Formats: sequence, C-alpha cells, structure tokens
Amino acid sequence: MTEVTLHQHRSRKYVLTLHKTDIVPASLTAPLIGLPRFLILCFVGALVIVPLLATAVGGFKELGELRTNPFGLPKVWQWENYWSILTSARYWRILGNSLLISSVTVALTLAVAAPAAFAFAHLRFFGQRMLFNYFILGLTFPFATAILPLFIKVRDLGLLDTHWGIILPQVAFSQALSILLMRNAFRQLPSELLDAALVDGCGYARFFLSIVLPLSRPILATVAVITFVVSWNNFLLPLVVINTNAKYPWTLGLMDYQGEFIVAWQLILAFITLTILPAILMFVLAQRYIVSGLTAGAVKG
Amino acid sequence: MADTAAPPPVKANYVRSGSLTALIFLPPALTLFTVFVILPIGEAGWYGFYNWNGLAALENFVGLQNYQQLLANKTFHQAFINNLLIIAVSLAVQLPLALAMAVLLADRLFGSVAFRMLFFLPYILADVAAGLIWRFMFDGDYGPISQIWQALGGAPLYILADRDWAYGAVLTVIVWKYFGFHMMLYIAGLQSIDRNLYEAAAIDGASPWQRFRFITLPGLSPMIKLSVFFSLLGSLQFFDMIVSLTGGGPLNSSHTMVSFLYYFGIGRMRVGFGSAVGVILFILCATVAFGYKRLLMRDQDD
Repeated sequence: MTEVTLHQHRSRKYVLTLHKTDIVPASLTAPLIGLPRFLILCFVGALVIVPLLATAVGGFKELGELRTNPFGLPKVWQWENYWSILTSARYWRILGNSLLISSVTVALTLAVAAPAAFAFAHLRFFGQRMLFNYFILGLTFPFATAILPLFIKVRDLGLLDTHWGIILPQVAFSQALSILLMRNAFRQLPSELLDAALVDGCGYARFFLSIVLPLSRPILATVAVITFVVSWNNFLLPLVVINTNAKYPWTLGLMDYQGEFIVAWQLILAFITLTILPAILMFVLAQRYIVSGLTAGAVKG
Repeated sequence: MADTAAPPPVKANYVRSGSLTALIFLPPALTLFTVFVILPIGEAGWYGFYNWNGLAALENFVGLQNYQQLLANKTFHQAFINNLLIIAVSLAVQLPLALAMAVLLADRLFGSVAFRMLFFLPYILADVAAGLIWRFMFDGDYGPISQIWQALGGAPLYILADRDWAYGAVLTVIVWKYFGFHMMLYIAGLQSIDRNLYEAAAIDGASPWQRFRFITLPGLSPMIKLSVFFSLLGSLQFFDMIVSLTGGGPLNSSHTMVSFLYYFGIGRMRVGFGSAVGVILFILCATVAFGYKRLLMRDQDD
C-alpha cells in the first residue's frame, strides 16, 4: 500500500515538473528563438573562445608563425614547446605548491569554520548575536584593504616566505562566508534531531561530528569549492608573502615565466595553457558542483 | 521499536550547557579571524598616520600628511577614475550582455547548457592567466588583433602601449571574464519567476517586449541588485589583471586603487602611505556594503 502511494505521489510530481518546463513554450520567456538566437549565441561564443583557442594553438607554433598565421592551425606542430614545459621540474613544482596550499586551506577552513557555524546554529550562549555580526563584518573586506598591515603581521609572526603565510590568512579571510553559509545550512536540520540526540546521552560534540556533518555534505562541498577556487587563483597574497622561486604557487610561477621569456610568446602561450589546464579539467569534470557552488555561495552570501 | 517512547522535551538542558561547548568550538575561528582580518584592518588605520618603512621604530607621526599626499596625487586620481570606469562598464556593457545571454539561455533550448558552460568558463580562470592571454591578443608584434588590423591595411597596433587605449583593453577583458558569472546569477533568477505569469500575459496579448519589461525585469530585480553589488565590490578589489596585462602602464595610466597601493605602497615599502590607501578602500567597501544592505535588502532577513 505504501509502495503504491509513494509511486503515485512520484508520478504526480513528475507531471508537475513536466508542466513547469515543457508545456509553457519557450517563446514566452525568451523573446528570440530559432536561428537568430543561435547566431547571436555563436557570435558571443566565438568572442569568448577565440582567445582561449588562440592561446592553446599558438603554443604549438613557431614564434614567427604567430605573426604570419595568427588564426590557422600550425603548419608543423611544435610539440617540443609543450614537451619542454611538461618535462621541467618548475611546472610540476608550481602546480604542486598550489595544490598543497589550496588543499590545506580548504581542510583548515572546514575544520575551523564548521564548529563555529554549529555553535551559531544550534547553541545558545552569551554574546552570540554580537559575535556572529563580528564575523559577518569580514564578508565585505577583501585582502587588499589590509594587505600592508597583513604583510607586517605575517612577517612579525615569522611566516614570511612560507606557505603558512599564505594559508593562515586565506583561512581567516574565508571564515565570514563559510560560517554564514554553514550556519544557514545547519539551521535547516530539524531541532528534534538535537533533542533526540541529547536525550540519548549524546553530547554536542558527538552530535556535531556524527550527525550534523554527515547530513551537511552538500554545504561542505560548496564551501570547499569556493575556498579552493579562491585559493587556487590567489595572486596578491602570495606575491606579497613569498620570495623564493621554489615556493611559488602557479599564479606567481606563471608571471615569473612570462618575465623570463618576455617575447618568446610561443613558450609563454604553451605555459599559460598548461597552467590553466587543471582548472579547465576540473571545471569540465565537476561543472555542476563548481557552477552551483560559486553562484550559490554568491547568492546566499 | 521498543525504545521509541517519546521523552519529555529537553530544551532547558540544551540551553544551559551551550556556553561550554561554544568555548571549545569558537576560539579557533575567532583567533584566526581576529589576528589576520580585524587587527590588520585596525592597524591600517593606525599606520596611516605615520611615515614608516616597516623596519624602524614606528615613531614618525605625520598626522594626515599621507592622506593629503594621496588626495593630491595625480596617479591616484587616475586610479580612482579607473575604478569608476570598471563600475561604468559593468553597468553599461556587462550587465545588459549578461542579461541578454541569460534570457536566451534560461530555457532548455538547443545548446543552452553548452553555451552556459562556455560563457562561464572565463570566470574560473585566474585573473593573472586571463590577463596574460589578452596581453598576447593585444600584442602589437605577435598578437592576433594587430594582425587583423594589418591585414586590413593598418600599421601594427600597440594597444597596451597607448595611453588612450590601454585601459580600454583592461575593461574589455573584464567584460570577457566576468559576464558569464553575472549571466548565471540572472539564469538562477529567471528560473524562480512563475511561468504562469508568462502564459497569462500571452493570453492577454502582451508582446514579447512587454513580457520582458513587465514580468522578467521586475522578477529579476533582486538578482540585478546583487549583481550590481558584486560589480561594485569587484571593482574596488581589482588588481591581478592589471599586473599581468598592463603593469599599470603606460606612464601609470592604467592603475586601479589596489594596484596603486601595491606599486607605490608595498613596492616602495611606504607602509604609512599604502595603509592610507587601504583605509580609503576600506571606507569605500564599508559604504558600499552598508548602503547596499540598508537600501536594497531591507526586505530580507539576515
């Protein structure tokens, strides 16, 4: 009996969804359909993709051919442009540094922000509202406003030219948004869960670790995606903190490479392509997570 | 099954012991946030009154001199105007483009998902990489744009070396990189508009333009406000692309306030002077954030 009701319920929902998306013709919401729409999209799409293709393909050309044949395929594919970079220690080192910095930043951000968010969502304590607003202050202030005192602070703590000098400020600056997003998600959990857990003799810490966290995987993933992308692409902070080439993340390594090869554009193009490749692969493989993570984070924050 | 008998509610208990747990759960976040976010912002306000190279004792108090120098600095004026130009282009070019693409791609028509992904792609690239890609596109000797121009009979175009054009190049790349993100916001907004409104409007004989003007636009207004807010804050912290695309040149014509802070504050270790720029940025950010909250989000709960 239950099975049948469930099934009926499901099929009704399905009909409703169908109604929402398919019965209203698209022409009602979009003023342009058919060929004109497609041509406009292709035009804008070309403007978006041509620089990316010119970069990737340009990396296969000889320097002179960039001049004579800007848009065509290379006459002879210069694989060694890419090969020389792929076999260099420098390429793997800067990607490795970035991976290390971003992974530790994500892990620490979750480890520090999740308990705080839980406290704001499910505990009652003195000064709660004030403290929450204190964290929310951080939402609107980018690194840049305090970068000089931040540099002095990192230096005085002895963290200059170390990866911790990037990681700790990144974790600190990600707290505001992470705590806000996670608190809102934790609040959605039914309070009966907490009541039941407390009755069963489960403390707050165990409740948090074994019930709240496993139930909140989507929001943890969202926070992780946002933090990772921000850290992976960070430039200003490493620029100020890191001096030694061997410790460069890829953003600094890319500028360093460009500064070294100034007019050898074919090599620079290959280097750009190879350094943005991880981000593009991640995006293609996990586009749903990334798009919804970045936009949901923006909307809810 | 046996032990599911409902116990009495235990609200009182959990209110009582919350403080203790909070004492363990909050300090890590609180410490990091205070040390690396709040203190530096406060210190920027303090250092801003000193002439300091970051190494000697902090004792050369100069009052408002840093701010006076800053307000008299031509390059800083230009940087401030450049920040305003980002906002202007965001509103006049990027917003309409993003909105148009969102309207064309909101429904699951042929190719919608692929185009959405394509338009969003530049947003996930680092600004540094996007800047370098376009430094190549605009390069006078090897760049495709200059090649096209020459094929049409012109002389090589050194856009990034031209005072009048360099910043225009920066603005172009900003639109290229960020319109996809705003488009996604608008698509999310469009999907929350009730489709029945369109049906009803069609029955009443509303034209496509009227449907857009009186259903789509009002329905999107929260998202438009949000997107404008992001453009404002994004403009105030714009930096990475300046370094990789123009380096602030030619003749310091393409700085933003943050790149000004970097090149003239950090680059020359003028901590007080740079901190003063930071304070001005902070005040602008705070004004934007609080103004936004007060004016536009009154109807939303925290």
